[in-house]
Amino acid sequence: MSLKDKLLSSYLTFQENTDLDNSIHEIKDEAIKVFEEQGFPTKKDENWKYTSLNSLTKPDYSLVSHADDAIEFKDVKKYFLNDIDTYKIVFIDGVYSSYLSETTHDGVDVCLLSSALTKPKFKQVIDVYFNKIAKKESLTALNTAFAKEGAYIYVPKSRAVNKPIQIVHFSTGNEANLMLQPRNLIVAEENAEVQVIERHQSLNTNAVFTNSVTEIYAGKHARVDYYKIQNDKENASLIDNTHIDQQESSEVSVHTFSFGGKLTRNNLNFYQNGEHNNSILKGVTIIEDKQHVDHNTLVHHKQPNCESHQDYKGIFDDRSTGVFNGKVVVDAIAQKINAYQSNNNILISDKASINSKPQLEIFADDVRCSHGCTIGQLDEDALFYMRTRGIGKKEGRALLMYAFANNVLESVKIPQLKARITNLIADKLGVNIGFDL
Amino acid sequence: MLEIKNLNAGIEDKDILKGIDLKVNAGEVHAIMGPNGSGKSTLSSVVAGKEEYEVTGGDILFENESILELDAEERAHKGVFLSFQYPVEIPGVSVTNFIKTAINETRKAKGLEDMPASDMLKMIREKSELLEIDRKFLSRSLNEGFSGGEKKRNEIFQMAMLEPKLAILDETDSGLDIDALRIVSNGVNKLRSKDNAVIVITHYQRLLEYIVPDFVHVLVDGKIVKSGGKELALELEEKGYDWVKAELTA
Repeated sequence: MSLKDKLLSSYLTFQENTDLDNSIHEIKDEAIKVFEEQGFPTKKDENWKYTSLNSLTKPDYSLVSHADDAIEFKDVKKYFLNDIDTYKIVFIDGVYSSYLSETTHDGVDVCLLSSALTKPKFKQVIDVYFNKIAKKESLTALNTAFAKEGAYIYVPKSRAVNKPIQIVHFSTGNEANLMLQPRNLIVAEENAEVQVIERHQSLNTNAVFTNSVTEIYAGKHARVDYYKIQNDKENASLIDNTHIDQQESSEVSVHTFSFGGKLTRNNLNFYQNGEHNNSILKGVTIIEDKQHVDHNTLVHHKQPNCESHQDYKGIFDDRSTGVFNGKVVVDAIAQKINAYQSNNNILISDKASINSKPQLEIFADDVRCSHGCTIGQLDEDALFYMRTRGIGKKEGRALLMYAFANNVLESVKIPQLKARITNLIADKLGVNIGFDL
Repeated sequence: MLEIKNLNAGIEDKDILKGIDLKVNAGEVHAIMGPNGSGKSTLSSVVAGKEEYEVTGGDILFENESILELDAEERAHKGVFLSFQYPVEIPGVSVTNFIKTAINETRKAKGLEDMPASDMLKMIREKSELLEIDRKFLSRSLNEGFSGGEKKRNEIFQMAMLEPKLAILDETDSGLDIDALRIVSNGVNKLRSKDNAVIVITHYQRLLEYIVPDFVHVLVDGKIVKSGGKELALELEEKGYDWVKAELTA
């Protein structure tokens, strides 16, 4: 049975055990129909030309974990940002782990989507925002149909969450092949502020296929900073579908650090629904072996006087492959738009490859849109220069790569996170140098 | 300190150095002069360890040991320093952090701990004053957007920080105005001691008025064809390289 058939036939039993509101059931029923119609995307779909899901849809996945999934904090401590106080929403094989988490209802809600979907006190917010921002396309719809759990963050008007929130999804590998479909809803009302760090981490080498959906609503003058750490094991694959609705004068940034995993696809969609929006999309990809990372971004400028800034850097070694497909749409009424897009890549190995494709659809006449893409090698002259100063080949290469990626790190607002990412990069490049550049 | 014996080297089947012999002792300053294309920059690159060049014969001894098999960084760790004719721009790496990394990597290679931050800062302050370098300059990306003079001053600043035994200054005077030339030469002169040696590679005699050599060698077509004292440089300036070439064919 194909994965699609398996999912369709499991849908009913999957819904039986949930005590959801009728309106949620309706949303899910509608979503499964969308998935049934569209199925998994194939390479014939223009948006999936360079990323094949064939190998991902072959295994016979468990849709829930049956084993005892307890894990000790000391075993997973390293996957958290520890040197800073944070809220934590932690899941193990898709199930909420209360003892690893630290949630709150004090002024803001940092808790579980399952509670928010079932408890009456959240109904008002859920009715307005849940599944309202997400695109009605196959993978997001599949998630909508199946998702039971994830993070729910609600920040009321003029509130700022006093510390960053870590959302961590662990998979234990207790099932040989596990499919996870977490769902996050983040609502920052007018003038609210929140910072979120999200990570998916498998704890052994069994296959995990995560199809995640995050909806983010940024009200007027709201600020949302979202950081995604994608540094998973060799058989872990992730499709991240993030949909962002921005209202007037809001600023939303999404940084994506892709350092590992078998196949990673980021569908990052920004919808600017108010004037004076600023959207920031940044990414650093450093991969090797046969890893594959695909950034598919959309910034839809629907209102005038807005900005968007996209800056993606990629470093590809061995037979790794990368894709950058950045689409910017400017509606006819969206005058005075500044949209910048840049994608720079270094290929370390002659077997590595990158497909970079900017797409601009501009219907307004008074806009400034720029895009640039480079693909190159490490600068050998710079490397020799460093070596004559006593910096070894490996360290010199690492320094050059770090410098190349550095301007993406500069906009990370949480210093401890920035330090953490820097260490990850040093680890990744196999060097022990402090890159406090 | 440095002994080059019958060195033959080239790149992609093209012979450039055709039997160089040169001996440099501690405390000495040698100038290597020669027309364009004579092999001056090749010689400095080969001594520093650039892999693109193939050594086809002869040997290079540093402190009585052959360094031909050593990587560029290993030669640097031993105390060989090359000041580039065209220093490379490295965006995203500041001057300070580059030099910090270079010093600590060199220390690591010698089995030493990183230099304490306070010592490093003190040293940076001293050496940047010596070369009249503004503090703001140190936080800029290495060589990026630097003027010719700034690039060369930065090279000598790095030399001052790394305290090499042998410094090879490749066309350090090119692109310098008279003030920068004075500052750079002044820096080099202050760093001279009985324990280190300097090889100045230059096309013109001008630099040698500031950094006075003990020996002058003339390189023509991959060979040292004439050696002498500092007066040789003046003679060259006056008569031109054709004079040496004419002498050769005579």
